[in-house]
Amino acid sequence: MSQRHHVLSVLVENKAGVLARVAALFSRRGFNIYTLVAAPTDDPRFSRLTVVVDVESSTLEQITKQLFKLINVVKISELDPDEAIERELALLTVQADVNTRSQVIELVSVFEGKIVDVGSDQLTIMLAGEPSKLDGFEQLMRGFGIIDLQRSGRVALAKLEIGRPKLHSVTGQAN
Amino acid sequence: MKLTGAQALIRSLESCGTEVVFGLPGGAILPVYDPIIDSSLRHILVRHEQGAGHAAEGYAHATGRPGVAMVTSGPGATNIVTALADAYMDSIPMVCITGQVPVGAIGTDAFQESDTTGITMSVTKHNWLVTSAQDIPRIVAEAFHVATTGRPGPVLIDLPKDISNSEMEWYWPDESDFDLPGYKPNLRPHPRMITQAAKMIVQAQRPVIYAGGGVIKARASEALLELAQLTKIPVVTTLMARGAISDDHPLCLGMPGMHGNYTAVTSIQQCDLLICLGARFDDRVTGKISAFAPKAKVIHVDVDPAELGKVRVAEIPIVADCKLAIEELTKAVTALVGASSKEDFWASKPRLEWAEQIATWQHNYPMVYDKSDDSSGVKPQAVIETLRSLTPDDTILVSGVGQHQMWASQYWKFRHPNTWVNSGGLGTMGFAVPAALGAKVGRPDRMVWAIDGDGCFQMTAQEIVTATMEQIPIKIAILNNAYLGMVRQWQEMFYEERYSEVYLSPDLPDYVKWTEAMGGVGLKVESSDEIENTIDKANSINDRPVVIDFRIDATEKVFPMVPAGHSNDDIVVGPAIEAYFNSLSKKDIKQ
Ligand SMILES: Cc1ncc(C[n+]2csc(CCOP(=O)(O)OP(=O)(O)O)c2C)c(N)n1
Ligand SMILES: [Mg+2]
Repeated sequence: MSQRHHVLSVLVENKAGVLARVAALFSRRGFNIYTLVAAPTDDPRFSRLTVVVDVESSTLEQITKQLFKLINVVKISELDPDEAIERELALLTVQADVNTRSQVIELVSVFEGKIVDVGSDQLTIMLAGEPSKLDGFEQLMRGFGIIDLQRSGRVALAKLEIGRPKLHSVTGQAN
Repeated sequence: MKLTGAQALIRSLESCGTEVVFGLPGGAILPVYDPIIDSSLRHILVRHEQGAGHAAEGYAHATGRPGVAMVTSGPGATNIVTALADAYMDSIPMVCITGQVPVGAIGTDAFQESDTTGITMSVTKHNWLVTSAQDIPRIVAEAFHVATTGRPGPVLIDLPKDISNSEMEWYWPDESDFDLPGYKPNLRPHPRMITQAAKMIVQAQRPVIYAGGGVIKARASEALLELAQLTKIPVVTTLMARGAISDDHPLCLGMPGMHGNYTAVTSIQQCDLLICLGARFDDRVTGKISAFAPKAKVIHVDVDPAELGKVRVAEIPIVADCKLAIEELTKAVTALVGASSKEDFWASKPRLEWAEQIATWQHNYPMVYDKSDDSSGVKPQAVIETLRSLTPDDTILVSGVGQHQMWASQYWKFRHPNTWVNSGGLGTMGFAVPAALGAKVGRPDRMVWAIDGDGCFQMTAQEIVTATMEQIPIKIAILNNAYLGMVRQWQEMFYEERYSEVYLSPDLPDYVKWTEAMGGVGLKVESSDEIENTIDKANSINDRPVVIDFRIDATEKVFPMVPAGHSNDDIVVGPAIEAYFNSLSKKDIKQ
């Protein structure tokens, strides 16, 4: 059983306090959240949480089953990292004075990022992409000096396979 | 028809079949208390909100129907949290209504404001904060539905005062009106799993049924009896399942676990198939989990999917209502075996040897205690055995938490389901008095006895006042050892007899006077020859609560015992059982 990151896509009712219930459940059961993103869906009755956890698969099963017991949780799908499209957004303000500015701009364009704000010796950069790409960029920028960094946490959807999303549904309905 | 939110709440409770509400009013719930006067509800005014919660639990334990409690905001709500946590751990259906400050005042630290839904989130199956009076009938109906279906549990409705006072148009919802898109308990067992389980049952050589509280909750006792009798498989009943099958039945092995009897514990350790029905592999049953039932394949039936694989991975996990699953298992086994050869089938050599082995353990290590020396107080086990012999078969027995609870579970003969009311998962001292009150309210036709500890009694004894006022004739036997006895036992055994903060005093308080001050009858037993007469006297009192202060031997310990964290193979039977075994002449010891 590997300790690796798992992405859970959790459809919840769009009601007051639901995020608190999910967060409280993780803390009460001693599970760790790596990232959590909550946002509305196309249906106003529901929101989608994308939760990334770093656990063994046996623990993952407990997490999904316990989550599914929450009355406000409607559906849970585990997205296999190999079968999912994962994206994350980062905003970084980095040190970029006259000596380093062109190097930074060059790297931004290599990584297909965007400069969204310019100061006298700082730049704010937006970069979207796979989380690993963001990790790489972050590391490169550290050399120039990161003033501020905000990452969004992952969102994910299943890869399409001949037009049909391949979902490993683990909604707690065992066997 | 226009109603106020408060009127709608009361009418909704009535519509859900509520007969009794245990509670205590206050500012934020005031509007709801007014229409109670005109309702069909019996309200029982407790003296502390924890008592309302445990009474509702006792009611649910004894009747199988949801208990209802109602308290005010802030301290009223926080006082009932213990009972909610208790009900959550033991899967007791309960509906709790709490008052809340007006919606506009929420978040302002208003007088008697507490974040009740936040506080109770992790100790309820679900809770609701009502934000419109129009939602009240639907939410109440949903609350009862959630509390009583799937894995039962406590739910809470937090009702702001302005919502109680505002108007709504009355309606009564049916299930299609529920707004619970994420709640669909799975009750029907998967046929493939049933077939595989039945095959395992047929092939097993040393099977044991491990019955838990889920059997009682699912009203599956008869189904269990049928399966056990058909397959001749012995049954252990956990602390939460005592009475699921009668202790008099030859297939009943009694309680397993930390204080289980030798045969129940050892048969699980040695079995090759463990059929777990509505139990959850609690650490008090399994001991060291890696050494629990090491040779066994496991069939695990539970209505809560999260229990499957939580502690022990089952070869055959079955998500289902216990009763449905057991009935399907019985059918599938019958189909496999075929009606004609039924009897012979279960008389295979390995199965006969297994039955013989179990009989041998029972013969060699019965539940015995030292009856000879009662000079330092009566023997608690003798009190329980005598009480059993002087009370009707269907007496409801309630207990607190501690040594007395274990003795009650070990030495009482349970003959019916729903006759044992105790706090298993949370282990809540103070449970017994209010729970007995609730049980008696639910089953006024039954005799209700509580076996309580002196420490436990002091935590919630004020509910005897409630019992007197409401003419609820409960009977309480305090096994007074002047100690927080269970803790004392651990300090004696594992902390070199260094007793730290466990002594209470036998006379302070004076339990007889205290009971009389609360309007009950107080009796005291100081020697063994008074046990019977005094119980007879208590049994003859039917118009008020009775308390007997039994002065028991403070050195008496609960045995057998598996030390915490040890394998169940390390079971210590204790001096009395050991002495009994040694007294068996060589030819009497079965091998
Ligand atoms: C509310 C609460 N506090 C503390 C404990 C820990 N505890 C478990 S048993 C016990 C002693 C109970 O004493 P008593 O009621 O006299 O019962 P005895 O063990 O002596 O029979 C204690 C303190 C508990 N279970 N519940
Ligand atoms: Mg005591």
